[in-house]
Amino acid sequence: MMPIYLDNNATTAIAPEVLDEMIPYLKDLYGNPSSMHTFGGQLHRQVEEARRKVASLINAAPEEIIFTSCGTESDNTAIMSTVESYPQKRHIITTRVEHPAVLNFAKHLARKGHRVTFLPVDTLGRIDMQLFSRSLDDDTAIVSIMYANNETGVIFPIPQIGEILRERNILFHTDAVQVIGKVPIDVKKLPVDLLSLSGHKLHAPKGVGALYVRKGTRFYPYMIGGHQEHGRRAGTENIASIIGLGRACDLARENLANEIAYVSSLRDGLEKALLERCPDSRVNGEREHRLPNTTNISFDYVEGEAILLKLNEFDICASSGSACTTGALEPSHVLRAMGVPFTAIHGSIRFSLSRYNEWTEIDKVIEVMPPIIRELRTLSPYGRDRLGICAPDRDVSTE
Amino acid sequence: MWEYTEKVKDFFLHPKNAGEIENPDGVGEVGSILCGDALKLSLRVNNETGMIIDAKFQTFGCASAIASSSVLTELIKGKTVDEALKITNQDIADYLGGLPPEKMHCSVMGREALEAAIADYRGETRPLAVGEKIICKCFEVSEEKIRRVVTENHLTNVEEITNYTKAGGGCGACIPAIEAILKDILQVKAAPERPPVPKKLTNLQKIALIEDVLEKEIRPRLQADGGDLELIDIEGNRVIIALRAMCVACPMGGVTIKGIEEKLRELVSEDIIVVEG
Repeated sequence: MMPIYLDNNATTAIAPEVLDEMIPYLKDLYGNPSSMHTFGGQLHRQVEEARRKVASLINAAPEEIIFTSCGTESDNTAIMSTVESYPQKRHIITTRVEHPAVLNFAKHLARKGHRVTFLPVDTLGRIDMQLFSRSLDDDTAIVSIMYANNETGVIFPIPQIGEILRERNILFHTDAVQVIGKVPIDVKKLPVDLLSLSGHKLHAPKGVGALYVRKGTRFYPYMIGGHQEHGRRAGTENIASIIGLGRACDLARENLANEIAYVSSLRDGLEKALLERCPDSRVNGEREHRLPNTTNISFDYVEGEAILLKLNEFDICASSGSACTTGALEPSHVLRAMGVPFTAIHGSIRFSLSRYNEWTEIDKVIEVMPPIIRELRTLSPYGRDRLGICAPDRDVSTE
Repeated sequence: MWEYTEKVKDFFLHPKNAGEIENPDGVGEVGSILCGDALKLSLRVNNETGMIIDAKFQTFGCASAIASSSVLTELIKGKTVDEALKITNQDIADYLGGLPPEKMHCSVMGREALEAAIADYRGETRPLAVGEKIICKCFEVSEEKIRRVVTENHLTNVEEITNYTKAGGGCGACIPAIEAILKDILQVKAAPERPPVPKKLTNLQKIALIEDVLEKEIRPRLQADGGDLELIDIEGNRVIIALRAMCVACPMGGVTIKGIEEKLRELVSEDIIVVEG
């Protein structure tokens, strides 16, 4: 039986059309596009075709797209390239709620002597724009702020941030890994200089990503070696996956409007029913500016890993910000940065949907979730009247 | 995804003795919602025989916390209070067919709740409630608890202590204090049989010994946490290493390097300096 897969912010199924298009390049057409012979060299055309498709999804020029191995590589490259290109500038701005690909890279640079500002967020997961503006100075090399948060789906005001940075002539990178294929993006209108995307979040395979680099942006390669990607990213091309990413971007472009309407209706239906049927539950993060496919709900007094394992018994896949699920002892850095109370943070569950989900699946979750929560609450020593301790908001930031 | 045994899954999905005894003879409450797990154990004890007739639990926590609590109640029912006190956290873990190392603290929580409940039954104050010195502020772990868990479970490094007690698993500020406690315990225990450090090593002997210590003592522990290191070079007394895998992103990198340095100073030469290359 296929699982009810509601963990699409973790990874997505490869679209059948994508897989079909990839297969020949994994079997017979295994050449190297850098080769002189036709067998290999002809593949160059396919790579460029895929590049056009990726570019087209975000209205970029094909030469503004660099293929990488994943979202993390795109994020690391964007920041490292800027730091290398502007060695005299030593200040970096990002947020406390970034994906580790940006957050830990920024911490790494801080250890190497850069000054890094980690912007806080409010209880709804929003940035304080005045604080952001005040953080900028003449030493700021790059601002890296995610387009939307992977855990809550909250979308940051990227156009406004970009406008401010353009006036100040500061480079702007956005990690758009969770956004591509879910929200329309037009880089002709969007004031960003660098933008990361990842294949496996939009129904392409794992192991391929891309970095958009606006024409005229100073760029220094992160992977150094051969001449691939016009010398901007060395390493033999992952042909099949690049072609898969191209096809996935085409599919996303064709379906985007319908998909947003469909997926958000599923998400809203799920969210509404769970909030109604499970008392003491709440949505984490701002609901207005949010990805259409994501909802992050806290169920007070119960623990996320326990919920996930109960859901697993029904072949339902979701994820949690609870400490126990990660192997770390501290729960989600995103929910902590938002100041979500500890009574709720350990019981947070993220459902992230895709176009392949169906109403029958959502109905199943709506059916099984309330009894799971009820059952775990009867096991729990805590409850609305039984919370013997107060849960003060601790400052746990180590930045 | 955790590798839970079938027994853990079974006790989690079909927990025995869940709930609360009305007018109990003893209650033990440990943990807190802040820390991510908590257990309330209530007992019914026959006053004449001292036998635990019934035991029920309420647990906030992950699957292994719920399973450990449930197993605890099964283990103590029918035992006298004195017999029950002999049950260790390892007994709970063994009954479940083992727990993932990172989840051992769930079994420790069970053992603590048992002690607290029996103390309550006997009208004693909880053994650790008064005058305890908190070492780990994130998870409120006392020095007494660390000492007891280390001794009972024969723990030998900080990572194990974190797995068993959670101490050091939050901000990490208390790790040097935990190391000091551990060193103290291990010295008391093992001082006489420590292998003598060779007085004068040739360069070749020294390099071989450093490699040996890194391979056998240090790397397995880092690898257990998903980390690793690579020996880059040795220049005189300077050992140049590179942290790998999870260690690269770990905010505790500095502490790790300090720990490696201490180990090498102990086992190779007092003047060794470890630096990140």
